[in-house]
Amino acid sequence: MKKVFEKTKMLTDNVMHYCPGCTHGIVHRLIAESIEELGVGDISIGIAPVGCAVFAYNYFNCDMQEASHGRAPAVATGIKRCLKDKIVFVYQGDGDLASIGLAETVHAAARGENITIIFINNSIYGMTGGQMAPTTLLGQKATTCQSGRTVEANGYPIRMCEMLATLDAPYYIERVSTHDVKHVLQAKRAIKKAFENQINNKGYSIIEVLVTCPTNWKMTPEQALKQIENETIKTFPLGVFKDRSKEETL
Amino acid sequence: MSKILLHGTEAICEGALRNGCRAFFGYPITPQNEVPEYMSVELPKIGGAFVQAESEVSAINMVYGSAGAGIRSMTSSSSPGISLKQEGISYIAGAEIPCVIVNVVRAGPGLGGIQPSQGDYFQAVKGGGHGDYKLIVYAPSSVQEACDYTYKAFDVSDKYRVPVMILADGMIGQMMEAVELPPMRDLKTIAKKEWATDGRSGKDRRIINSLRINPDDLENHLNKMYKKYAEIEKQETLFEEYLTEDAEIVITAYGTVGRICKSVVDTLREEGIKAGFIRPITVYPFPTEVFQRVASYSCVKKFLTVELSMGQMIEDVRLAVNGKKPVLFYGRSGGNITSEEEIAVAAKEALK
Repeated sequence: MKKVFEKTKMLTDNVMHYCPGCTHGIVHRLIAESIEELGVGDISIGIAPVGCAVFAYNYFNCDMQEASHGRAPAVATGIKRCLKDKIVFVYQGDGDLASIGLAETVHAAARGENITIIFINNSIYGMTGGQMAPTTLLGQKATTCQSGRTVEANGYPIRMCEMLATLDAPYYIERVSTHDVKHVLQAKRAIKKAFENQINNKGYSIIEVLVTCPTNWKMTPEQALKQIENETIKTFPLGVFKDRSKEETL
Repeated sequence: MSKILLHGTEAICEGALRNGCRAFFGYPITPQNEVPEYMSVELPKIGGAFVQAESEVSAINMVYGSAGAGIRSMTSSSSPGISLKQEGISYIAGAEIPCVIVNVVRAGPGLGGIQPSQGDYFQAVKGGGHGDYKLIVYAPSSVQEACDYTYKAFDVSDKYRVPVMILADGMIGQMMEAVELPPMRDLKTIAKKEWATDGRSGKDRRIINSLRINPDDLENHLNKMYKKYAEIEKQETLFEEYLTEDAEIVITAYGTVGRICKSVVDTLREEGIKAGFIRPITVYPFPTEVFQRVASYSCVKKFLTVELSMGQMIEDVRLAVNGKKPVLFYGRSGGNITSEEEIAVAAKEALK
């Protein structure tokens, strides 16, 4: 029989711990495929976060460091500044990147560190059981805002791509989604581009990926995909927020 | 080799740079700002990395990254900033990453003051962050020792994969003394780190991690770490002992206060009082055996622990002396420095 598809060698054979219907696994695959296609597996060093992806070091088939909560961009800075010819990527969720690690995120971006950040936004704290995140939608229920997020009690969700795009240093900023095949393919292109930018010494790239959390959204996997399509995207519109390659061609 | 006049912070930097330190990450805080300033000038000259981090939290995590990738790395701060680093230090200890952390101690708690203090002893030797772990802690008493033990710290840290702290104080940090500098280490003579995450390059991939979700795994890991600490206690304990053989009173102190106390011993001897002196150079591992031995001397009546704190090392001295002899305390705090005269009076009082 002719083999038409196989798992990328940049993912290990370890069984992933993610819940059924969660799209973390898809993003893992897109990153791993990008690394393999670009031929940089032997020189890549990944940083795993704290949160649902805390075990990411078990899945990516390259050198990995597990960072403390929110500090992955600082850890990546430490590695990349010393090993400039290696490829350093960071995988972080919304609590990690946009709440406890906001300072590390903003300053790594402002310094224009030549690293690749993959930012997983599922609008909830998944690993700890569904608490409100900095990206929880207005009206969305969480275990620490059980009647739904209100402006009065909790303020507004933070749009990281839009915020980071106000900085001068970042080279590439895009928000993508995983709710259907078309968008997964778009996400792949964005992620691969973020790695290419680093290989070409262009500087800081961040790809925000909207992913589902059926478990904590209390939805079926299919409902969760629809939730991104119909609701999440209203608060977190998809698109490119900064692309300095455009400036270069002018 | 000839001696040159160096500031304490410069001596710390030279000790680091001359033993292969090629990454420094820090954040400004008094009284150690000269360390990041010096490193920002010198590291780029020799191909090293310097970043002024956005916080002490970030700086220690940059060290986690670079040291985890196999680069000899250092950060420096002063008390409140070291408190901020404790999360990172705990992760570094758990992940067994060698690195050097300098604490130029100032008075606390809280914002406290900016004058010299020894109030961070508990934090340094009893585990400042969460969980079961130790740091190897050198407490230099001179600018020369600040240089020498920072140099040594990198070798010892690599050997055991245990983070090392230089517990200095504002006095060491801010004074100038004549120093003989060690020669520049050839980086090729530093052993390659077979565990570092520097890109797998055809080898099996490597992971730097402190997460061990299975209780048995974590317990085994801790047993392994504590086996190393037992070895460190055997191999790496350092102290200075002076005129204890016939002493009636043994004065003990570490760091710059140790130097002052040694002078007091000479003064007391001139007055006919038989005083002796023990100065722990490593405060972890604590030189327990010398205290046990000296406490068993029949001539020794009392110990006097002198600290620039409300009394912290005295607990380790009492544990070591184990009730054989009384252990008394004299200290100044808040950033005040004790004089030789004050200590001499305290020693005479102790003997009454």
